[in-house]
Amino acid sequence: MLIYSLRRIFQSIIVLLVVGLVAFSMFRFVGDPIDNMLGQERTDADIERLRTELGLDQPFIVQYGKFLSNAATGNLGVSYRQGRPVASILLERAPATLELAAVSGLFAMIVGVGLGVFTAIRRHGFAANFIMTVSLIGVSLPTFLIGILLIYLFAVELGWLPSFGRGETVMVGGWSTGFLTASGLKALILPSITLGLYQMTLIMRLVRSEMLEVLRADYIRFARARGLRERAINFRHALKNTMVPVITITGLQLGSIIAFAIITETVFQWPGVGLLFINAIQFVDIPVMAAYLMLISVMFVGINLIVDLLYFAIDPRLRVDTNAVES
Amino acid sequence: MKLLKTLLATTMLIGASGIAQAETLRWARAGDSLTLDPHAQNEGPTSALAHQIMEPLIMRDMTGKVVPALATEWGPSADNPNEWHFKLREGVKFHDGADFDSEDAVFSLERAMTKDSDFKELLASVKSVRADGKYGLIIETNGPNPIMANNLTNMFMMDKGWAEANNAVKVQDYEGGEETFAARNANGTGPYKLVSREPDVKTVMTMNENYWGKDEFPMQVTEIIYTPIQNQATRVAALLSGEVDFIQDVPVQDLARVDGADGLKVQTAPQNRVIFFGMNQGDADLKADDVDGKNPLADLRVRQAMNMAINREAIKKIVMRDQSIPAGMISPPFVNGWTAELDAVPATDIEKAKGLMADAGYADGFSIRLDCPNDRYINDEAICQAAVGMLAQIGVKVQLDAKPKAQHFPLINNLETDFYMLGWGVPTYDSEYIFNFLVHTKGEKYGSWNGTRFSNPELDKVIESLAAETDLPKRNGMIADIWKVVQDEQLYLPIHHQVLNWGMADKVDTVVAPDDAAKFKYFKLN
Repeated sequence: MLIYSLRRIFQSIIVLLVVGLVAFSMFRFVGDPIDNMLGQERTDADIERLRTELGLDQPFIVQYGKFLSNAATGNLGVSYRQGRPVASILLERAPATLELAAVSGLFAMIVGVGLGVFTAIRRHGFAANFIMTVSLIGVSLPTFLIGILLIYLFAVELGWLPSFGRGETVMVGGWSTGFLTASGLKALILPSITLGLYQMTLIMRLVRSEMLEVLRADYIRFARARGLRERAINFRHALKNTMVPVITITGLQLGSIIAFAIITETVFQWPGVGLLFINAIQFVDIPVMAAYLMLISVMFVGINLIVDLLYFAIDPRLRVDTNAVES
Repeated sequence: MKLLKTLLATTMLIGASGIAQAETLRWARAGDSLTLDPHAQNEGPTSALAHQIMEPLIMRDMTGKVVPALATEWGPSADNPNEWHFKLREGVKFHDGADFDSEDAVFSLERAMTKDSDFKELLASVKSVRADGKYGLIIETNGPNPIMANNLTNMFMMDKGWAEANNAVKVQDYEGGEETFAARNANGTGPYKLVSREPDVKTVMTMNENYWGKDEFPMQVTEIIYTPIQNQATRVAALLSGEVDFIQDVPVQDLARVDGADGLKVQTAPQNRVIFFGMNQGDADLKADDVDGKNPLADLRVRQAMNMAINREAIKKIVMRDQSIPAGMISPPFVNGWTAELDAVPATDIEKAKGLMADAGYADGFSIRLDCPNDRYINDEAICQAAVGMLAQIGVKVQLDAKPKAQHFPLINNLETDFYMLGWGVPTYDSEYIFNFLVHTKGEKYGSWNGTRFSNPELDKVIESLAAETDLPKRNGMIADIWKVVQDEQLYLPIHHQVLNWGMADKVDTVVAPDDAAKFKYFKLN
């Protein structure tokens, strides 16, 4: 167990380092930050001086090494765009993204499972077929278009919900939350739907097909034969057995909800890390880009590591295999 | 929709009849200010926000005219043209109550001249700054500089004591790893006080009750809430839904919509920015073309032919939806040195252009790459696409390479492009600024944006001597002479002057400032 864990952790660190290396080798293709940092009146001498000061004249390997050694001491550098420490910017922006991701994950889960069960039970009904067709649109329309459509309908035409921003936020400790004010909650609705729509349709389709499978299983037939009520069969027995793969997928999808909030955040001017990242790309704000990419890869690698270790704990076959190899 | 209209009408009625005391203006534009440190970034949105909170010695009003701010009188000394004397406004207080005097002015200007300041180039001619009593200031220049004062309109004044107490004497430098206090806090003398600021999210300002110009300016906006909204569709939606009252950067395709909406209007004005193409005419051979051993762009006839082939009216009608002013010179209209004759749009004449191409030995044309930004100017990529088709008519086969600005501008600076798009604004409102950066041979101090490889040492001398020429009629004559060379040589291919569009609720009453900086103390509310 220990050796297996250590090996997995070691592999994860290698993956992280490689991600960082690839990221740093790409930064010079994003552009040159110097032009954005200096005004129109800068001279060639200014450009050279700033380039040297920032170490941008060094090969990317050296820049990466410097980033790593600073990051090891907790210093993620200073944003070129805002002139503030990257770590404090990230901490300031993280609550917005995490709250949005949590609400849209919850929305995707609840509505997805609900509709999935419904379409599975009434699979020949008109409503179920209608939902299935509409869900195809949900999967195939790009996020930004859905966002714009929702804004047009609910903010411009109906005037019910705000078109941008987080509304009023309250500071709880160091965490700015939009959950405690009416405007904050209202502001969450449209972006959460936009961000969660794809995951929702995914979960719905997954639940539906799993459910159909389970409903054909022998134990369901026996349950029917025993004369159990439909409700008990559908929700107590069938749904429970459907949920195992759904939970696995949802867990993995939560990571991508956070990582791919970028588009939704741009459309709704949601002040989270995704918007920060887009701004950083446009400005070629290398410290912010580097920190964001490392953060996201730490998150994904971390989730995978936990999943791997859990499998190991759950699945006895893995244990036998590794023991055989080790001994 | 009906409900919305009723609601809007109701709110407007309340707004009109009711309390005229607290008037909040909710303002949105594409980008946020980068920092509150007044000397760290010489950039449009950054200066625009700073203008609400802080003040320079002299500033431009909403029409672009130079007006007194913290200096009431100024001018070169009668007996020494190298010295500019400023009389500072008396009795002005910073937001924290400290007095503004010559000590603060000297401190601020010296801070703006330090190596990390983004404004040091504008003060490059300044030798020293010193106080002359409590309310007098002397700026000494290296040689006479007749337009020195024009460079001061975005040079904001800070309180020396406040900067020292808060460890903000130095301008933000990126290597230190620390944030300067001044990047997130501000203590100015301006018409509005900073209440709160979350970068990229929201900035709230409230009226400065002790402002020296409280009775001089309308000052009808008592609170400003500024939210950057990057996505243009969202920005327009926020205005249409009444969540904001005033937006800058209205996308051209939405102008009719905003203007047609109930309770909203669009106002336009020529912007201080001209868009043009630059051509490498100095090198013996080009890298981005298909002609071996020769540079087709070095031939004046080819440049003239290309100039004739571009149909600026068509670009205006189709690409810009009428939101541009076709240009014949690379200077915005309100700049000293601009004339209607020079800015006359060259006639599109394909036959004549083909003749010139044949005379130059390129009857079959040639191919070349055009480098173009796709996120910097209004419809930049679309303009380039239109130009590709127009130049094809005279046999110039153009491959368009459009990239984000962060990748485009280094090409110009590193001389890696032979044919490129560039836009130019003139903060000093004087032609010298254009010549220094775009016409003078590229070198250490001058010509840093000149990617044409054009070099004329005699012309360079005239350009350099402009700075010290105090005889204004003579200086204007020199400027006219330089423009003649620029036009005769067809140094650049001018396209158009950009037009600024501001969208706002009907209650907002303002003119559109050519530098795109809204100064809310001038705003009236109906």
